[in-house]
Amino acid sequence: MKYIDEYRKKELILSISQKIQKRSVKDIVLMEVCGGHTMAIQRFGLRSLLPSSIRLISGPGCPVCVSSQQFLDQAMAYARQPDVILTTYGDLIRVPGSVTSLEKERAAGRDVRIVYSVLESLDIARQNPDKKVVFLGIGFETTAPATAAAIVQARERNLGNFFVLSAHKVMPPVMKALLDEGVKIDGFIAPGHVSAITGTSIYNDLAEKYKLGVVVSGFEPADMMQAVLMLTEQLEANSPKVEVQYNRVVHIEGNKMAQHLLNEVFVAADDVWRGLGMIPESGLKISPKFADFDATKHFNVPVEPSTEPKGCICGQILRGNKTPVDCKLFAKACTPDHPVGACMVSGEGTCASYYKYRD
Amino acid sequence: MCLAIPAKVLSVDGIAAVVSIEGVEYTASLLMLDNVVAGDYIMLHAGFAIQKVDAEEAEETLRLLQEETDNRPGI
Repeated sequence: MKYIDEYRKKELILSISQKIQKRSVKDIVLMEVCGGHTMAIQRFGLRSLLPSSIRLISGPGCPVCVSSQQFLDQAMAYARQPDVILTTYGDLIRVPGSVTSLEKERAAGRDVRIVYSVLESLDIARQNPDKKVVFLGIGFETTAPATAAAIVQARERNLGNFFVLSAHKVMPPVMKALLDEGVKIDGFIAPGHVSAITGTSIYNDLAEKYKLGVVVSGFEPADMMQAVLMLTEQLEANSPKVEVQYNRVVHIEGNKMAQHLLNEVFVAADDVWRGLGMIPESGLKISPKFADFDATKHFNVPVEPSTEPKGCICGQILRGNKTPVDCKLFAKACTPDHPVGACMVSGEGTCASYYKYRD
Repeated sequence: MCLAIPAKVLSVDGIAAVVSIEGVEYTASLLMLDNVVAGDYIMLHAGFAIQKVDAEEAEETLRLLQEETDNRPGI
């Protein structure tokens, strides 16, 4: 496949590996923030191509994994309303809530539908005028503009039965929150597709104030190895800065149309991250201008008090403090077929990714 | 979740494009990307074209990577 196969050539990857081995002197810790990067590292065995001086740790960039228990419980409560069709990206359906999951709710006869694109939810709303369609908005800056575009479309088409429960989140506040909490990182492998939307200025603080290296990386193995090489060179030279490896997709200014949609439809708000707690200004709530489409404004349904799964260390894993093998439940009580926590549910969750590619 | 796949644009009709990934056709919304024409490659994410793939930059990245391979003795 064009723009993929070229970046998977073995000799290319091995030669970058050799160069990293020769350049690397200091012990450094790099965090890959994006779940897609976590998957690529595991899938292509990239850790085995790096010297012991370079440690890669996984961050909080899996939207399903960081969705709070409260959000899930609220979604279940909506699903139980007789006139509601709940639409969601597939990843979310198996995540255990406090007492149930969307999959179980669906088995019990609730109308829960998986969509590939939020625009399908608009079609469902149009085809079912006597129902209320609630879309579960999860995802970071890559995905949130799609939800925003759907809300704008819904207004233009006078769709009165389409609602969004937004758990959309933004990356910079959580990256800073981890650092402020004392997580030791020397550099970030920054998320490629988030950056395609936001541009690179969102990371300037990390380089200037926190003195960290930041390299926006693509998702193929040669991309990621090159990003590690760029970070190694920055850190060995004591000159941390923001650089882009993924130039074919990421421009410094980002995608202005998508940014406009985000600013039009959402406002920044405090938000709760699973395992990490409340992080100021880290969420995207629907702006008052579009309140007609905000599920939290329209529905008033009882939600059970939320409880976290016992023994699950997803929160520590999302901070990069622990790895899945540190968890007593991992690959025993907690597997992709019977997940205890969210990190095992999503294909790009750190636990699911470790499980799939374990020795 | 933030996965996006390079897809070739086959045709454009207003706010949507027909794109191809390994011969399979998909619809890509153009609500967040304009100036897309047939023959372009776009990154497809959850039914939306989120950015074009810049052919020149792609070449340049590969050239740099290749250079790294070729320059090995000098390291």
